[in-house]
Amino acid sequence: MTTTLQLTGRGLVGGVTEGEALVTRDAISGWGGVEPGQGRIIESRHELSGQSFADKVLVFPGAKGSSGWSGMFHMTRLRSTAPRAMIFNVMSTKIALGVVVTRVPAVTELDQDPLEVIDSGDWVRVDADRGLVVVDKTR
Amino acid sequence: MRLTDDERAMLDGAQGEAMQAAMDLLVRYGEVLGAERLVDTDNVCGANLFGSRHTMLCGSPEPDAVFSELSLDASSPVKVPPVRAQSYQLIGPMDTKRWDVQGVDEAERDAIMQSETFSAEHGIHLMNTCTPYQVGNVPVKGEHCAWMESSAVVYVNSVLGARTNVEGRESTGAAMLTGKIPYWGLHLEANRSATHHVRVRREISSDRDWGVLGYWVGEQVQEGIPVLEGITEVPNLVKLKHFGAAAASSGGVEMYHIPGVTAEARTVDEAYAGRAPAPVLEFGDDEYHATYDQLCGTARDRDVDLVMIGCPHATLGQVREVCRLLEGRRVHPDSALWVFTPRALRQVAEQNGYARALADAGAVLMSDTCPAIGQFLPKGTRVIATDSAKQVHYLPAIMNVQGWFGSLAECVDAATTGRWEGSGGR
Repeated sequence: MTTTLQLTGRGLVGGVTEGEALVTRDAISGWGGVEPGQGRIIESRHELSGQSFADKVLVFPGAKGSSGWSGMFHMTRLRSTAPRAMIFNVMSTKIALGVVVTRVPAVTELDQDPLEVIDSGDWVRVDADRGLVVVDKTR
Repeated sequence: MRLTDDERAMLDGAQGEAMQAAMDLLVRYGEVLGAERLVDTDNVCGANLFGSRHTMLCGSPEPDAVFSELSLDASSPVKVPPVRAQSYQLIGPMDTKRWDVQGVDEAERDAIMQSETFSAEHGIHLMNTCTPYQVGNVPVKGEHCAWMESSAVVYVNSVLGARTNVEGRESTGAAMLTGKIPYWGLHLEANRSATHHVRVRREISSDRDWGVLGYWVGEQVQEGIPVLEGITEVPNLVKLKHFGAAAASSGGVEMYHIPGVTAEARTVDEAYAGRAPAPVLEFGDDEYHATYDQLCGTARDRDVDLVMIGCPHATLGQVREVCRLLEGRRVHPDSALWVFTPRALRQVAEQNGYARALADAGAVLMSDTCPAIGQFLPKGTRVIATDSAKQVHYLPAIMNVQGWFGSLAECVDAATTGRWEGSGGR
């Protein structure tokens, strides 16, 4: 049975898309934490280490680490390995610049914690023009 | 976001298409942040040296096109004018003297040199270091800056009291051209007070201690602003360089307070600036040893192929200390010892005879880059050792190698014996 829930927040970079969610509770390092050829997380101690976010709706707490965060996500756009959309909780300069240059729909300040209500594998529609996230639960 | 008439004119294209692209990026970025306005800056540190790994992605290897895409996020290529703000190149991909040691070929060298020439012609000072504060860019308290390089940002905010967020390549590229950056985050006085309270219940003395403490603090507070209580010895530049770099790697620390040491708080109360005190996080022996083990978490084999010193770039004191530790010894034939320092300090190291002493012992003095930024290692390297919590955090992930962490003396021992015998202070 599929249940649907809707979250409302602040759209940051406009656009409408949908895709499979990839959810992590660990903040993401850009430079030194991501390999842009395949859009893979490479930080040794990250819970998604070895997994690719290419074409996924990436749901995560926020950015950490090097100032190369935006530069690395910029590279994923140029190499077509960027996430399909980004949903996150904690605003910072790294992630703000990162979503701007990645140029994919991005939403934050949601009325429910996306880390609590979205699971990896859920189908997620992101309408960043209106700040809406619609989640189809798969289990 | 509220723009001044001057900023509005830039955005409307009155000062050319490059200024327009730069202002467009700053406005898009500022609006995502929720910034009310921009602030003037005349101190920008960015990273605009590119090799083929970057230029191949830009449609054209032509430097204007590459800067337009990677440094401005411009929608189409623009002709880049000279920079308006005082602008500095940070650490880059290649040592312009010892590119051969890196395994860079001549075509790649020429591409990166073309990028250096482009930066120089546009008025970007070629400091080529992650530690501009060592070599002539020492911002004053309260100065609004726009810096990349997380280890440098945390240093100038905390130790010097300058004001910068962790900027990125595109925002610093735009700031170089316009002299503007979003007025947000650490530019505002109200956002610079402590959010976390760390009580240190163990002696913190050596460089290694400061690296371990920084790594633990970063993991605990993430992007928070910690105030440290219980520091009994006044640290020096090297120790704070290690501490901040580590805290900005395991977490996103951009500012911290050590009452009596850093620029903006003489007491714990001052660090809170009227904000409610935070719960206390305790750092003792257990936390120290667990963190040390985490730092060595990728290491299994004790035969060391490379010892890396100089992350962030080494001071002259560190370079001299390596020379002293090497006296009467040589780097093991199956190991390499690379020491990285700013290019300006390398010149002094040459004049002081340190470069000669290192070369005579089989070590290599390098500048401008590091193995993590340039993505290079001696051929066949499986295991590295370093005195830097930051480097051991990043290099194993980036280059798929094992990494040991320890003191400078333990690292030099490993380079001369080829074996890691570090103990982590146990």
